[in-house]
Amino acid sequence: MYSLNQRFDNRDIPEDELLTSGNVACAGCGASLSMRLALKGLGKPTVLAVPACCWTIIPGAWPMSIMDVPFFHCAFETTAATISGIKAAYRKRGMDDICVVGWAGDGGTFDIGIQALSGTAERNDDIIYVCYDNEAYMNTGIQRSGATPIGSWTTTTPVKKPKSEQKKDIDAIMIAHKIPYLATATAAYPHDMIAKLKKARSIKGTRFIHLLAACPTGWRMPENLSIKVMRLAVLSNIFPLYEVENGETYRQTVLPDEIIPIDEYMHLQGRFRHLTSEDIEDYQKMVDKRFEYLKERFEKGETSAAK
Amino acid sequence: MRKVLTGNVAVAYGAMLSDVQVVAAYPITPQTTIIEELATMQADGLVDMDYIRVESEHSAMAACIGASMGGARAFTATCGQGLFLMHEMLHYATGARTPVVLANVNRAAAAPWTIWSDQTDSVSQRETGWIQLYCEGNQEVLDTTIMAFKIAESLRLPAMVVLDAFFLSHTSEPIDIPDREQVRDFLPPFDPGDLWLDPNNPRTFGGITMNDAYMEFRWQIQRDMEKAKAVITEVHEEFARVFGRKYHQVEAYQAEDADVVIVVSGTVASTSRDAIDLLREKGQQVGMVKLKTLRPFPREEIIETLKGKKKVAIIDRNFSPGATGIWAQEIRNALYELPEGDRPLIYGYIAGLGGRDISVKVIESIYQKTLKDNRPDDVDMWIGVNYV
Repeated sequence: MYSLNQRFDNRDIPEDELLTSGNVACAGCGASLSMRLALKGLGKPTVLAVPACCWTIIPGAWPMSIMDVPFFHCAFETTAATISGIKAAYRKRGMDDICVVGWAGDGGTFDIGIQALSGTAERNDDIIYVCYDNEAYMNTGIQRSGATPIGSWTTTTPVKKPKSEQKKDIDAIMIAHKIPYLATATAAYPHDMIAKLKKARSIKGTRFIHLLAACPTGWRMPENLSIKVMRLAVLSNIFPLYEVENGETYRQTVLPDEIIPIDEYMHLQGRFRHLTSEDIEDYQKMVDKRFEYLKERFEKGETSAAK
Repeated sequence: MRKVLTGNVAVAYGAMLSDVQVVAAYPITPQTTIIEELATMQADGLVDMDYIRVESEHSAMAACIGASMGGARAFTATCGQGLFLMHEMLHYATGARTPVVLANVNRAAAAPWTIWSDQTDSVSQRETGWIQLYCEGNQEVLDTTIMAFKIAESLRLPAMVVLDAFFLSHTSEPIDIPDREQVRDFLPPFDPGDLWLDPNNPRTFGGITMNDAYMEFRWQIQRDMEKAKAVITEVHEEFARVFGRKYHQVEAYQAEDADVVIVVSGTVASTSRDAIDLLREKGQQVGMVKLKTLRPFPREEIIETLKGKKKVAIIDRNFSPGATGIWAQEIRNALYELPEGDRPLIYGYIAGLGGRDISVKVIESIYQKTLKDNRPDDVDMWIGVNYV
């Protein structure tokens, strides 16, 4: 169905588990699966800093922790600044081989943490920043964030007045910083995701990974649909999988054989249930327009790669 | 070696001589020349440090906490609004037990805008769990910066070196620069023990606690803050042995036989010394107590020093709206446990806000008022205000 997958084999997925069982995520949590796969891609030695988000809770309350890598819980808006500091310490102590990773939700990235993130990216500090995007403040109980898609229900954008603003284009913002590497990924395409994290690890400078992480609790859907919905996000082009090097060279890494209508993605999720068929039509236009914008860049990227 | 240095350059020398490993900083007047000087020192190869030019003070402290968690000696400097912006992270540094050192150049709070000195910025951080060390002169600034690392690292608590804007930050004085090797013996490299993000010993720090655990973490901070009083005294003594300059958490000057004792902090101390000398020449029984530490508050020493005095005049270059000056609050609080006969009358004065000069004349007038009035006419008395 998609081209990249054919080049991979499940035997390529590292067996190492850098976290144990026993986490306290909700059933079907896209964020917890994302961490498991991301760490497979990153390998050791890796150190994580995580701000206030679902992942504050998921590893377990003190003194328990499921993590097999050092893990620092940092303040909400400070992920990027914190990892800049951690990396500086390792560099000064002759431990530059340690991969320092910030792991933050969409609220901590798109909203409260964007200033520090922009600072770190502008300095091109040698870190990996991963945003697992579940499209709302899920840890505090499903409040609207800058990552919440237009039209979505949340507890602060009720059905009678759903979110009226577009999702912030964090990828474009990060690309504009001309960072050496940016990628989108999702746990529904594990080979693609692991390959991107491996690649990110091999690059120096600020690397940004944007993960779409389904949240059955907040998206109002049964937990067994998480993988399916994340997959439909890719197949409908609302969350295309691609990578961008140096803010210039775009490459789509998963090319769906057939694009599905956005309604197939949306109708499974209660957060969009109130939308009318006209709303969905508008939605389709919006998704198409956004994808056209990217497609132009993918094509340009292919041309420059062919040279 | 002797040099003529401003207070800010003295801070930079202190950090450089302490072999600081990571500096994360953001410019703000009147602190900026500290981080400019450090940038020059780094460029000249005088200090082997990583310099993160962050996009805000909030990130400066976050990066310092990160660096400290990575096992490095971390430093930053700020003032006024910058310190206010850092407030959340000051609490975080304490909770994470990261011994970051920060130099704060006392700057008054906006609005209205001002760049001049008062202590509102640092006293507003009283409850953050930072050790606060106030300085009278530029030599003390340099020496305290070095000592702050030693104190902070032995307690795993962050420490703030506090100096007055312009009166110290931009005023030059001849300074004795300690020998670098002697400083290295006095202050060995930071040893984070097992409290750092060590890939060979993966641990989780700062994770969520339930109500059966949180209070114990806080109690440990309080226990170590109490311990800090003895640690600071030991470090002062060791510093005196090596470098020949002795500092005190509570320093009495001509206070033994004094009927009126003026209590001050920061540069007001050096002005007060002159005022006391002049008043003594005129036969007045007046003395002074200089306070170096706001946190931990040297309660026992204060009680010992002020016990049995008739009148204590406290000059606060800060105030808490709706209450009183902060040093006055602290001292009233400490002295309350004395029996009534030993308990001095407290005269609280607010002066010098926003950089207004606290001259010898102002201090003399405070003394005269304290001497004359049988009781303070208010809980706090504002000096030199044109009431409109």
